[in-house]
Amino acid sequence: MRRAALALTAACLAALATIPAKAETLIAALSTHRIAIASNFTGDQLAVFGLVERDGRSVARADPFDIVITVRGPQRMLIVREKERVGPIWINRSQRRFPDRSIYLSVATNRPIKEILSEDAARRDRIGLANAQRSQAGFDFDFDIGRYRDALIRTLEGKQLYLLDERGVTFLSPALFSSQIKIPATAPTGPYDVEVLLYAGGSVLARQTTNFEVVKTGAEQSMASAAHERPFLYGLATAALALLFGWLATVIFRRD
Amino acid sequence: MQIYLPIAELPISVFLVLGLSGAVGFISGLFGVGGGFLLTPLLIFLDIPPAVAVATVAAQVAGSSMTGVLTYWRRNALDFKLGGILVAGGLFGTIMGVLFFNSMRRLGQLELVITLSYVTLFTLIGGLMLFDAVRAAMRDRAGKPTRLRREAGSHPPWMGLPLRMRFPRSQLYASVIPIAGLAVIIGFIGAVLGVGGGFMLVPALIYFFRIPPAVVVGTSLFQILVTMSGATVLHAVTNQSVDIILAMLLLVGGVIGAQFGGRAARNLNVSSFRLLLALLILSVGLRFAVDLFLPPNEPYSVVVPEGAQR
Repeated sequence: MRRAALALTAACLAALATIPAKAETLIAALSTHRIAIASNFTGDQLAVFGLVERDGRSVARADPFDIVITVRGPQRMLIVREKERVGPIWINRSQRRFPDRSIYLSVATNRPIKEILSEDAARRDRIGLANAQRSQAGFDFDFDIGRYRDALIRTLEGKQLYLLDERGVTFLSPALFSSQIKIPATAPTGPYDVEVLLYAGGSVLARQTTNFEVVKTGAEQSMASAAHERPFLYGLATAALALLFGWLATVIFRRD
Repeated sequence: MQIYLPIAELPISVFLVLGLSGAVGFISGLFGVGGGFLLTPLLIFLDIPPAVAVATVAAQVAGSSMTGVLTYWRRNALDFKLGGILVAGGLFGTIMGVLFFNSMRRLGQLELVITLSYVTLFTLIGGLMLFDAVRAAMRDRAGKPTRLRREAGSHPPWMGLPLRMRFPRSQLYASVIPIAGLAVIIGFIGAVLGVGGGFMLVPALIYFFRIPPAVVVGTSLFQILVTMSGATVLHAVTNQSVDIILAMLLLVGGVIGAQFGGRAARNLNVSSFRLLLALLILSVGLRFAVDLFLPPNEPYSVVVPEGAQR
């Protein structure tokens, strides 16, 4: 027990000692922390701005800075189903469940991920669409799950919910960068986490996280909550409105 | 111009929806059918989740049949006694249908059920109607009466079952059991597929019960009005997938289209349009058959299961 505590203290001290060596700090800010869905919502964009600060004592690095911005949207249980041939017809046969998967995922970098860091490092640091949601252990018990995960990424990419932009981060000066986060019209409501990583020579120098949320507002909000909280009244109101429309039509178009 | 649908959770072009529902409304006015069987697949094709499409079209069908009911009522071509029995059976069928719909949705086989039912139902009914229309046209050409005359006093065996009732307006004296049974089946199919079922109820009442066509359309519209209003409320309560904004858009387009369709129907040759309706129903069925029998481009699909949504 005592030995463990000692080891822990040593590790902490070592960690503290390494911090001053990392002379860069990262400051990142979003243009907004709230995306509102109103009746005219057709998707939105928000800007990420960031600055790499170096203290005066540190020596200039040989490698250029790289930035990786990962946005992880609200998580849901997702099911991937596979159609298989049964007799003459194709039906959903087997499926895999993915608990707590983000329905929205966006990865933006200033140059292709392969040039920034090695594949192993990408897996470890959870960089890229395939790695961003890998559990920290990074180990799949089921080899078969790979094709389902690939299908999940492919399908959501097709719906513009998963986005990879390897030229999505622009350096305005050697230390100042910006990027756009695209929110598609079908984006789910809920919290979105933004992770900004600063790389040089293939290793992480600094990390900064922030977040924003996507919410329904105004009439959209009240209709959606009415449908879920007072479903009976909502259904009655819809049916009544429908009948009212039908009656109105006979009044307007009546000719006899 | 795009508008965001609060329940379907996606934006959609207002003019596209108005145009589509207007065109379907025109067809429904022309043939005297609800049009739900065309509207639901079209909405699914526009990326609207199937559950939302089915539930919302129920509201649209209720609204557009309201127009028809009022018109036929004014012309005194509506049998409320027969309608009442159809409604009772239809509501029971609708409740069963919505329960079945929700359990299939939980099992992940809703898509298969919808596709399979469309294929069998539409190729069958479309084929029968096509056969009937062609036969009628050929008899017409040969100079014979288009339909065989019914013989006095004869009636099919199911009309003689117990619980016989008189329906003076429909000139019908028949057992309640087969009528209610028919209504249960159609209510069930309507709730599962998001169709009113007029295209099944009208021919069934004419062929199986020999009710005068003039009364049948108004009475079947009355039945559809009540069951589809019920289906709207049931879908809203059990799966929260009725989109009120989409329903309103569909109603505006559908109601206007139906008026023009109804006017066009008065000026055009009925028998050739019956042939067209048969071909239309058949082609919807074949369209779904393609999905079922051809190997899919993307065998995988991603869904958010029940309960994981907010």
